[in-house]
Amino acid sequence: IYHLEHRRDHVNGIIFFFSLSKKCDLHKLEEGPPVQAVLTREEGLQYYRTMQIMRRMELKADQLYKQKIIRGFCHLYDGQEACAVGIEAGINLTDHLITAYRAHGYTLTRGGTVREIMAELTGRRGGIAKGKGGSMHMYAKNFYGGNGIVGAQVPLGAGVALACKYQGKNELCVCLYGDGAANQGQIFETYNMASLWKLPCIFICENNRYGMGTSVERAAASTDYYKRGDFIPGLRVDGMDILCVREATKFAADHCRSGKGPIIMELQTYRYHGHSMSDPGISYRTREEIQEVRSKSDPISMLKDRMLNNNMASVEELKEIDVEVRKEIEDAAQFATTDPEPPLEDLCNHIFHNEPPLEVRGTNPWVKLKSVS
Amino acid sequence: MDKIRNEQIRGTVKVEQFGDKAREARLRWFGRVLRRNRGYIGQRMLEMELPGRRRRGRPQRRFMDVVKVDMEMVGVKVEEAVDRARWRQMIHCDFQLLQVTVRDALNQAMDEELERDERVFLLGEEVAQYDGAYKVSRGLWKKYGDKRIIDTPISEMGFAGIAVGAAMAGLRPICEFMTFNFSMQAIDQVINSAAKTCYMSAGLQAVPIVFRGPNGASAGVAAQHSQCFAAWYGHCPGLKVVSPWNSEDARGLLKSAIRDDNPVVVLENELMYGVAFEVSEQGLSKDFTIPIGKAKVERPGNHVTLVSHSRMVGHCLDAAAVLAKEGIECEVINLRTIRPLDVETIEASVVKTNHLITVEGGWPQFGVGAEICARIMEGPAFNYLDAPVIRVTGVDIPMPYAKILEDNSTPQIKDIIFSVKKTLNM
Repeated sequence: IYHLEHRRDHVNGIIFFFSLSKKCDLHKLEEGPPVQAVLTREEGLQYYRTMQIMRRMELKADQLYKQKIIRGFCHLYDGQEACAVGIEAGINLTDHLITAYRAHGYTLTRGGTVREIMAELTGRRGGIAKGKGGSMHMYAKNFYGGNGIVGAQVPLGAGVALACKYQGKNELCVCLYGDGAANQGQIFETYNMASLWKLPCIFICENNRYGMGTSVERAAASTDYYKRGDFIPGLRVDGMDILCVREATKFAADHCRSGKGPIIMELQTYRYHGHSMSDPGISYRTREEIQEVRSKSDPISMLKDRMLNNNMASVEELKEIDVEVRKEIEDAAQFATTDPEPPLEDLCNHIFHNEPPLEVRGTNPWVKLKSVS
Repeated sequence: MDKIRNEQIRGTVKVEQFGDKAREARLRWFGRVLRRNRGYIGQRMLEMELPGRRRRGRPQRRFMDVVKVDMEMVGVKVEEAVDRARWRQMIHCDFQLLQVTVRDALNQAMDEELERDERVFLLGEEVAQYDGAYKVSRGLWKKYGDKRIIDTPISEMGFAGIAVGAAMAGLRPICEFMTFNFSMQAIDQVINSAAKTCYMSAGLQAVPIVFRGPNGASAGVAAQHSQCFAAWYGHCPGLKVVSPWNSEDARGLLKSAIRDDNPVVVLENELMYGVAFEVSEQGLSKDFTIPIGKAKVERPGNHVTLVSHSRMVGHCLDAAAVLAKEGIECEVINLRTIRPLDVETIEASVVKTNHLITVEGGWPQFGVGAEICARIMEGPAFNYLDAPVIRVTGVDIPMPYAKILEDNSTPQIKDIIFSVKKTLNM
């Protein structure tokens, strides 16, 4: 990936034109996203910082989990940062997004703070869901989680898109799922209805080659996930290059906003960790494979190299960002480990919304607990 | 073309039926005649017999023949005519309460809520152009169009999920299942995506959705189309579950459900759709709602309490009418809401009657009746029971097809009567 030229823009400073190495594979589309992407210095630094925060946050979560401070499920996103950051760069915060359980990255890009996210993982009252949800159930404005049931988030996302179309605010919904979920029946039901009703929905399949421990060849008769929508146009994108992801998302967003209906994007990406913290991730794939991706296609390294090679930023600047990020994560981890757990009075709260207080039966008939909404 | 029933027109202008008004006029005149002094020619006319031979054929109907029937209908006697004020009061024909079928009640409720709030919309199979599989949504698509009344393909899991997603994003969907048997395909979306979300998000994400449709046994539709889901949905925190019986229930509960900011499951009954009930003027008002979580005492009594929901309430009332002739007064409670269960009303009744029988159409194991038994036992009403609580339920088998088998698979009136007599040791 080399840069073609740069010119001085009085608003954005120096802007760089990059030629994207890979052209997207297209399905039922005449043309795909542009092969040229524009990156300003500010954008570059911002993407770098966000991806670095995401990476360090996930690694810190790994640490805390091994120390048994985080319990239960913990599905880590490291390796896939370009997807979350790239997608967010291609849409607005007023658009909507929903994903499955590998959701910490999206919670961050959608407006959650690292402190809130980590405190939710450790189950404390400062968590983004007050400790009630955990790793898989984090919510923010226009972000509908964090969903535990594989594939269930896809119809939900189409429903959000229906609301967008109904309310006429020119918003759209990005609806993410993995290569494992891509074989769920409800996804095909959703494709049908989204296409029939021309819902403004971008279906994005994050193909990280393994659905838990099952590789894509062993799970899907057709691994061309961007074609699985049949009558829905699709494109396959290099999910490790943030600029490719961003341009493809912009292209898809334009498609939806112009009223053409849904579109599918397949992001080819990779996760360094196993499926979850209980999976070492090496019984179904080789260490060499993981190493190769880490050295050749790591999203953060690729962006860093691009910026350094083109003098968009200096080594010291990026190092400074690294130090700041490290400190931010340390602070957040400190908060997450010292914040108290939710009070027992909170046990039965939030069952309903906008409801007068009600009584909830406890573990035995003499325990009558109170629930407020 | 819209069909407007006579009762509705009369109801709007508050005019009684003509025959009733004529009856009142006849009796009014009759009372006037009786109060005149003796010798008044009108009085002599009442019993007059004309001389001569009668013609062949059926004797002509005379005034007194008609008035005698009228008096029986109204329930007055000749002696009561002396007191003018009382006579006038007794013969006065009341403006008759409007008769509305459950189907129309649901239809009107949805119509009014669609009009009241732009965010409300209906989706489901055949709800739009077909006017609803059971015609519950008749006329709505013509009135509101494609945007608000949406026909879906046969994809329960898909469209239930879409409805939940739309609710999360700020709309207020009504998701119709053609029957609740098909909701089993979508039950993950109802429970995991709708019911649990408010709690998992610590109140950040509300899901103001209504799932409605016919529930329980129908007629001749066999095992896969006859299951009652009251117990399954009633089991889950985060859901509200209502089960209307009559038209007023249907109107009020559906309106409450649509206005509620939480997921509500409305279990209707296909056999009740065509049944008409009187609805009071208050019940017809556009803002009439029935609070979710309150049961209603349909018939007071003091010998035994019958608790029921949906169609079985009618059976309980019929049984109570039969038992009343033998001097047994049953108190019939219409649960109206399955979750949250109104235990207080049941307990207050048990304190009064000391005997409790639950009646439901669903299977016995882990059912609504079982829950009522457990709650009564755990509460203060246990000390007032003179006999164990009895559950009258559907037979514990998949629903058979043959009519004689089907009839014997759900509680009949004789089963309720039998259980009452057993409980009362008669």
